[in-house]
Amino acid sequence: MEIIFLTFVFVLSIFLGFELINKVPSTLHTPLMSGSNAISGITLVGALASAGSANQSLATILGTLAVAFATINVVGGYLVTDRMLAMFKKKKQGGES
Amino acid sequence: MSTGIIINLVYVASAVLFIFGLKLLGSPDTARRGNLISAAGMFIAVVVTLLDQKIIAYEYIALGIVLGALVGAVAARKVAMTGMPELVALFNGFGGLASLMVGWAALAVALSIADATATVPLFTLVTVFISILIGGLTFTGSLLAYGKLSERISGRPFMYAGQRIVNGLILLAVLACAVLFILDPTNQNWLYLAVALALVLGVMFVLPIGGADMPVVIALLNSLSGVAAAAAGFAIGNILLIVAGSLVGASGLILTNIMCKAMNRSLRNVLFSGFGVVKKVSGPVVEQGEVNPITADDAYYILEAAASVVIIPGYGMAVAQAQHAVKELQTILEANGVEVVYAIHPVAGRMPGHMNVLLAEADVPYDLLLEMDQVNPRLEMFDVALVIGANDVVNPAAREVESSPIYGMPVINADKARTVFVLKRSMASGFAGIDNPLFFKENTRMLFGDAKEMLGNLVKAFD
Repeated sequence: MEIIFLTFVFVLSIFLGFELINKVPSTLHTPLMSGSNAISGITLVGALASAGSANQSLATILGTLAVAFATINVVGGYLVTDRMLAMFKKKKQGGES
Repeated sequence: MSTGIIINLVYVASAVLFIFGLKLLGSPDTARRGNLISAAGMFIAVVVTLLDQKIIAYEYIALGIVLGALVGAVAARKVAMTGMPELVALFNGFGGLASLMVGWAALAVALSIADATATVPLFTLVTVFISILIGGLTFTGSLLAYGKLSERISGRPFMYAGQRIVNGLILLAVLACAVLFILDPTNQNWLYLAVALALVLGVMFVLPIGGADMPVVIALLNSLSGVAAAAAGFAIGNILLIVAGSLVGASGLILTNIMCKAMNRSLRNVLFSGFGVVKKVSGPVVEQGEVNPITADDAYYILEAAASVVIIPGYGMAVAQAQHAVKELQTILEANGVEVVYAIHPVAGRMPGHMNVLLAEADVPYDLLLEMDQVNPRLEMFDVALVIGANDVVNPAAREVESSPIYGMPVINADKARTVFVLKRSMASGFAGIDNPLFFKENTRMLFGDAKEMLGNLVKAFD
């Protein structure tokens, strides 16, 4: 793939990221962090190809380890974010809570 | 349609889901749905990748996924909310390590092909080294941050003369290894050395940073783990990795910036100055008067007569496990017709937004949690400010004492409330080791003791 094309995507995504995250209130910064952390586990997708290619043993070993570590990041990240967000509740009407 | 096109179309859909997921994280009402949508994006991306014709062996993939999912799920279930910063640091590190390995594996494949046909493209080599460097330092940096946060390692900054020069030299050495390897890809020793040095650099980079500055470090490492994924994306030519990685990179950078502002320090200063070691100067101290202690019973009379109370929690509250006791007090005050709100300083916890999660766990509704900027203009209106386990974030010296190390740091102006109660274990100073004139103000009353016990006594007084 062309370098320019990939760089273009990279730069635009960074700007998009800035726009999106600037709107997140500080109340949600911890879930935001663990949630975006889970997204950074996307490297799992890259790891799958290496682990499954089976034509180069070093790549297979590295790939398998990468799959394991990235999966920890993805599964753990999403689950713990969900656990946190489930606790956020709004005050019920009427002053009592 | 070829599988390649299908895969890429699904990647587009997955990127859209990530973006929507992050957008929905903008409000507490929709945040949980946003997280699910983002997880769905990840799921379809992984499933469709498995269709790739290049993948012929599934047993190793299955092994990796099962192991990873088990460890991840158990860690996510078991972690206490106070331990969230450590866990996020650890996950971050694993993400960085995975990116390092993906880059390395891509290189191994490229080299094995290159033996037969031609040389490895320069672009691949350069991006592989970037993913190894950033992934490696994210990994060990995060592990060290994990150690410091979980107090397995001393949280004190570790500094020595010429530290910055040494770190600069290590970075140069990594780059030199990269250049030498690119010039002669048959000599793999340069590659191994680069990996090792990247790992060492992560340790050296976090060593001089103190425990109190960890919120900044985690945010920065969060950003780096995204950048590492994006770099791995460049190395293997995968657009989804680039998009998702740079979204995370941007997000971490914003949080880093917010944390630095909340401490009134530049990122440079946080990374290199080792705050809290040398600051034992006893400069022109403010006139310190008498400390006025008060008992829970006397405090009760003031609280009972109050119309509005602002609770200002600090990490000391979480250490004393007093969140639920705070919530109990809030309930009983509200039943008594008192307006109760919480004022949350951006660095009240140990990671961005940490305090909000700790209070949410204790069932405190999130719409009562006000940010510093919302609450400061109206602090004069509150009858009582109840400071629980917070110190530096309510220190008026940040406004008044120019010689104070924290001068200029935005603080919650607790001292402006009619009466200030400070719940504190003893007169010891906070993380930054700075005297707090708030304790000596005329309208301040000190409630000495364990926060949880003291709050319990206050609640009892209402019965």
